[in-house]
Amino acid sequence: MTESSHDENIELMTYSEIVEVKGFVGNFDVTIRKKPRYVDLSKCTGCGLCTEKCPTKVPSEWNLDMGLRKSIYKPFGQAVPNVPVIDKEHCLFFTKGRCKICQKLCPAGAVDFEQQEELVTKKFGAIIVATGFTQFDPSVYGEYGAGKFKDVITGLHLERMLDTSGPTGGHVVRPSDQREPKNIVFVQCVGSRDESKGRPYCSRICCMYTAKQAILLKDHYPETQSYIFYIDIRAAGKNYEEFVKRAQQEYGAIYIRGRVSKIYEKGDKLIVRGVDTLAGKQVEIEADLVVLATAVVPQPDAIELAKILNIPYDQYGFYSEAHPKLQPVESVTKGIFLTGSCQFPKDIPDSVATTGAASVRTCGILSKDELILDPKVAFVNSDICSGCLNCVEVCPFNAIESTVVDGKTVAQVIPTLCHGCGNCASTCRTSAANVQGFTDDQIYAQVASVFEILKKENLLELSE
Amino acid sequence: MSYLNSQDIHQFRNRILSISGEDASKCIQCGKCSAGCPISPEMDVQPNQVLRLIQINDPDALLRCSTIWICASCQTCSVRCPEEIDIAKIMDSIRKLALEAKGPLGEENVVKFDEIFLDSIRKRGRVHELELVMKYNLALRQPFKDAHLGPVMFARGKLGFLGHKIKELGKIKEIFQNSKRLLKP
Amino acid sequence: MQVGYYPGCSLESSAKEFDLSIRAIFQAMEVSLKEIPDWNCCGASPAHYLNEELAMALPYRNLVKAEEAGLDRVISPCPACYSHLKHVHEEVSKERHLAERLGTIVGKRYKGGVVSKHLLDFLKEDIGSERLKTSIKVSLNGLKVASYYGCLTRLPGVDIDDLENPILMDEIIGALGGEPLDWSHKTECCGASLSVSRTEIALRLVNAILEAAKGRGADCIAVACPLCQSNLDTRQGDIHKKYGTTYGIPILYLSQLIGLAQKLDYSQLGLDRLVITPKNLLIEKGIIEK
Repeated sequence: MTESSHDENIELMTYSEIVEVKGFVGNFDVTIRKKPRYVDLSKCTGCGLCTEKCPTKVPSEWNLDMGLRKSIYKPFGQAVPNVPVIDKEHCLFFTKGRCKICQKLCPAGAVDFEQQEELVTKKFGAIIVATGFTQFDPSVYGEYGAGKFKDVITGLHLERMLDTSGPTGGHVVRPSDQREPKNIVFVQCVGSRDESKGRPYCSRICCMYTAKQAILLKDHYPETQSYIFYIDIRAAGKNYEEFVKRAQQEYGAIYIRGRVSKIYEKGDKLIVRGVDTLAGKQVEIEADLVVLATAVVPQPDAIELAKILNIPYDQYGFYSEAHPKLQPVESVTKGIFLTGSCQFPKDIPDSVATTGAASVRTCGILSKDELILDPKVAFVNSDICSGCLNCVEVCPFNAIESTVVDGKTVAQVIPTLCHGCGNCASTCRTSAANVQGFTDDQIYAQVASVFEILKKENLLELSE
Repeated sequence: MSYLNSQDIHQFRNRILSISGEDASKCIQCGKCSAGCPISPEMDVQPNQVLRLIQINDPDALLRCSTIWICASCQTCSVRCPEEIDIAKIMDSIRKLALEAKGPLGEENVVKFDEIFLDSIRKRGRVHELELVMKYNLALRQPFKDAHLGPVMFARGKLGFLGHKIKELGKIKEIFQNSKRLLKP
Repeated sequence: MQVGYYPGCSLESSAKEFDLSIRAIFQAMEVSLKEIPDWNCCGASPAHYLNEELAMALPYRNLVKAEEAGLDRVISPCPACYSHLKHVHEEVSKERHLAERLGTIVGKRYKGGVVSKHLLDFLKEDIGSERLKTSIKVSLNGLKVASYYGCLTRLPGVDIDDLENPILMDEIIGALGGEPLDWSHKTECCGASLSVSRTEIALRLVNAILEAAKGRGADCIAVACPLCQSNLDTRQGDIHKKYGTTYGIPILYLSQLIGLAQKLDYSQLGLDRLVITPKNLLIEKGIIEK
């Protein structure tokens, strides 16, 4: 991340969001809102004094509310740029008009409460979407008690605890009483592979990160015992199967095949009621800590962004690729590429690979002066067009716009956006819209000639 | 050794589908049903195994098992199943098939109890609990089972010696006569 | 307010106190209960696999009788009765040939005008918390109550509360001045249907429920089902013999707790019919006089 912020060919715009996208491949006009961080990027040295002295403490989103942060803060240690942002909702100055300690103490005079948001519109040839994923909220499973029982956490919570720069300084403890857990139960497929919760897919990464967490736990805390409830182990990567085997054989993790039905409290422990389908019996485990491997889901604003970018998405909110096998990093909309988990759950090697692929594809566009397109695109004969603009409504790719020709409002196809689906052609009442090579007249001619041949060879059976 | 392809592998699954409307092939054998079943410790065939045996067309064990009779129909399995299969309904369907097959039943006394129950309704229009329990105990030749509860229940006025007969008893008998079992044993 | 009433077979004998307490509290809230004339057993569990048509015809006749008597709403205190009536009503509303068939078996057509209610949703929606609160004369003084729902929320056709964490009873207990406890076995099956034929299973399940309630410090358990009450109450002696555990936890119907808060008579509420007597507990908590 640091490298990219220094590269002369990259302009890094952090704390910014896309507001509007107009145009098409090679010629996108993108409007970006640069949100005010109330700290001047050009002046701040990243010394951290403001954060140190800020009096307000707020639950830290980065640490999943397990720790606190200040109102003027960097989201995490390695954040780029090394400049804090002020949280307007909690800052004493913005909420109550007091304090301003950060401004007073800043040696570089970088704190600027007057800073305004900036709207910039720039031209881009291509867009790569890498907006990632978030976690499924497991509290919808009333039977698991997530959100109710403090010691039922998610894999990401455990990850934060294992991080030495995390909220617990790298110590894994029970959130309820800060004691070290002895028996840890991992529950796989929480939210994934579940028709009843609307997510029948597999989240791909959980089997592997759970095995990793079980290994790390045993490594840091030799007294612990991990139990992992799974349905299937998905370890289809290089060295992945061997890794899971190590967790079982060298690190003593007990893998139990069966979904968990209920988790409840008994005294200060948690009882996990599951099943071992291989042994054929119900099992109950007394746990100190329960870690749920929650499903990978798209970001909450994924669909909103899709609408701005004009790219399609599937029933789960993951962005749709142009072809599941042959075009996995291209969105259906030309010029917009997808990488990482915004398209579908991926692990790190997958994300790196698809990012490389997407980058090279954009070079493919940007290195040329002209684009070669499939000629099977639609066109509108403006002489016949009645200007009803029904075709504009039915075009799934927003590839038709209204224009004025000889004083008359007519429809016009943008060839670079058109996919040749023919929706406009079948909708058009005057037959003004057609797909090149497949006009109504051409199709009728084909049908007519087929009938001619059939008639000649007496193969035609006509009813009375 | 059973040859899975000696007959149509989908046969039993189709039978269950037509009786209950539930499709056992949706089951991915996650085991959540067995995990949450309150009666699982006493069952000879676990709920997920019941679904499995349907999937591989092996009804014999199912028709003879005790599981389908001691299922309490508490619906825990059905409401938690990720594939939204109504497992309790499938258990009920296999009961019907077990009676139809006329072979030995896994739990004879459950059927006995239920038959005496229905008989009480046929004769009175309502269930006479004391008569039900007494007849059941006699049928099972354990006349003194739960007799220790007798005095306490009596003292609390819970025994209901007389039982009630509804007025339209003829109507009830008619209903019993007209109602058809959809699966004939 | 008038509402139809379908007691069901157990409320005539082993669950008489449920019937008594419901009649008492409804009278105190000025709701008149009209019993469905000449009602018959709903068929409960046995019918549906032994004879499918019978299983639907028995509840169907009750709906017919209710409609004949001009009842547009019927309360069934027993969750199984409630589920059967509601389920049959829904099925005949969807399937015309089923409605015709059942009409033929029973000898009269049901026109579809009866809404089935359970005690809990009737109290919440039809009576409402205001009317309930006005009828209360004494507080339950922080009596620690573990609400036990059993399989009530999960029965086919029943959709009155959250499946895993129901709160209808807890809310009412809170309104009565009691302390509703959050505990692990709220919806765990008690094995009532096996209480006679496989008693040892029922004992194991009841033992687990009582142990969990006691572990949370419950003074008593509140129920809204006659089978649950009977199972949890009468089997405590057998549990002591098998497991050596003594709980002595009174199992009270929700209607009895409401009646206590309404300061109704002890035996009018059928409290003297409970096997584990709540008398000392209630005196200790200052809810009733000596």
